[in-house]
Amino acid sequence: MDTLKGKKVFGGIAIAAIFYYEKDQKEVARRKVSNTKAELERFETAKSEAAKQLQVLYNKALKEVGEVNAQIFDVHLMMLEDDDYNDSIVNIIESQEVNAEYAVAVTGDNFAEMFANMEDEYFKARSIDVKDISERIVRILTGSWAKEDLIEPCIIAAKDLAPSETVQMDKSKLLAFVTKEGSTNSHTAILARTMSIPALINVDIKREWNGKMAIVDGYEGIIIIDPNSETLELYKKKKKQDEEQKKLLQDLKGKDTITKSGRLIKLYANIGNVSDIGSVLKNDADGIGLFRSEFLYLEKDYFPTEEEQFTAYKQVAETMGDKKVIIRTFDIGADKQAHYFNLDKEENPAMGYRAIRICLTQTDIFKTQLRALFRASAFGNIAIMYPMITSVEEVKAIKKIVEEVKVELDSIGVDYNTIEQGIMIETPAAAIISDLLAKEVDFFSIGTNDLTQYTLAVDRQNNHLDRFYNPHHEAILRLINMVVENAHKEGIWAGICGELGADSELTEKFLKMGIDELSVSPGMILPLRKVIREAE
Amino acid sequence: MKQFEYMIKDEVGIHARPAGLLAKEAKKYNSVIKIHFNGKEAEANKLMAVMGLGVKSGKTITVTVEGADEETASKAMEDFFKENM
Repeated sequence: MDTLKGKKVFGGIAIAAIFYYEKDQKEVARRKVSNTKAELERFETAKSEAAKQLQVLYNKALKEVGEVNAQIFDVHLMMLEDDDYNDSIVNIIESQEVNAEYAVAVTGDNFAEMFANMEDEYFKARSIDVKDISERIVRILTGSWAKEDLIEPCIIAAKDLAPSETVQMDKSKLLAFVTKEGSTNSHTAILARTMSIPALINVDIKREWNGKMAIVDGYEGIIIIDPNSETLELYKKKKKQDEEQKKLLQDLKGKDTITKSGRLIKLYANIGNVSDIGSVLKNDADGIGLFRSEFLYLEKDYFPTEEEQFTAYKQVAETMGDKKVIIRTFDIGADKQAHYFNLDKEENPAMGYRAIRICLTQTDIFKTQLRALFRASAFGNIAIMYPMITSVEEVKAIKKIVEEVKVELDSIGVDYNTIEQGIMIETPAAAIISDLLAKEVDFFSIGTNDLTQYTLAVDRQNNHLDRFYNPHHEAILRLINMVVENAHKEGIWAGICGELGADSELTEKFLKMGIDELSVSPGMILPLRKVIREAE
Repeated sequence: MKQFEYMIKDEVGIHARPAGLLAKEAKKYNSVIKIHFNGKEAEANKLMAVMGLGVKSGKTITVTVEGADEETASKAMEDFFKENM
């Protein structure tokens, strides 16, 4: 039994086997081997295991997403059998007397390079497929990958997880996250909160943990590897109590989010994906206050089409019925990168080319999203919110583009509803000129994560700075107060959609300021409703 | 040796899936089947090499078939291309 401490991200208890998740291994060690024959056998065994995995994935995909999408795994299977590819691996093992994983990695790199250097975009992109099959074999050889990808419910242990990686995981099999890096504001942390699963960061994870039984206690901030039977029993009991506590909160379902003095507060949920709607409904949110539409872009390796986006937005709008669904236009850039945007590497990406700045520069991408949103508006109660605003001019430029989109839609006779349009207040500039911005928009939603980072000049991706990242800082609270006052002067509403909205220590303060809406992770809806109902 | 020319009609060109199917088909025969394009050549039974030719839609390739069963193999290849690309 081994107990390690970490930093808490979300409370809760998980008991399951650990799945040690490793990113594409950039460096595979080169080892001299004396028995090349054994090495060739290792390769053959790993290759047939890879083929088996691909077959499973193919069948799974066939069932879930249909033949067209499943074909990629069939192609991978064929690549795995390619003569040149296999000859190269065998040749490296035999002539250089080296380990199989090295031979596979080198061969994979060479073939990937060949494709990457081709002119045509389609063939260039195949470079990823070659890398993918090679990495699959390497992972099997190094044992850093369990037999199947998230087949059993598990605790994920990883150095760090990118949003693009987490979106691909089967959420129903994810019981907890434990990572070495990341900060309490990283996107993995946000995902854990959205899914209401325990998560720890800054844990000294080890590869040997793979497959071992473990307990994650998100309340105490500890992970216990190989717990003895006594500890296991204790935690099974704790887990049960925790579930009962959560059940108590369920009694608040269907009740109004209303203060003792009778003020109704809009208590909305933040979501990052269509599949999160389940937990929104389960936790009885009054609406969706932040739908992070960038996830549609992050889970694709091409620009999501208008049709694909329309389908997603429509599904959310329809499922939520009359309830408000506020969709934020894509916030790509900074720590959320989609390779096909071809964004330059920046020295200071948080202050760089991102979000609305991309929209106002590459207006065709923006217009595709707007068309999808307006079309979907006919099916529910959609509102649009624009991120990273710093000036009135930006808002005016957005409005002009929106008008162009409306004219386009009118000309082809497409129906849409009147859409409430608001902006995120997440830069100090926007907060300071909120009196001017309030004249231009229908609502404000304060993004406290970025507002804190920009106001305090503290990079929220840098975990060494966590002690300086103080969202309770008087400067932040004053800005929020100012934004709410300026909103009310122009008769529009103001809410908070950042992590601070769920901070129950501040709820009373926010209510006193006159905040109209709080949008939080689905798992925080009921606890917060309790706090609001007990406040004046 | 048998030889024929063929213009690719598939809109992506000889992409991964047809190249994979081609490799499977070519392996059925003893003859050496080669695709010639743009001064380069690749054996038809080698998926990645064929893809490496980067043949786009509308381009014409030359296919050569040489070996004991070249008669049947060449005929089968022609049919295969018409059917799949």
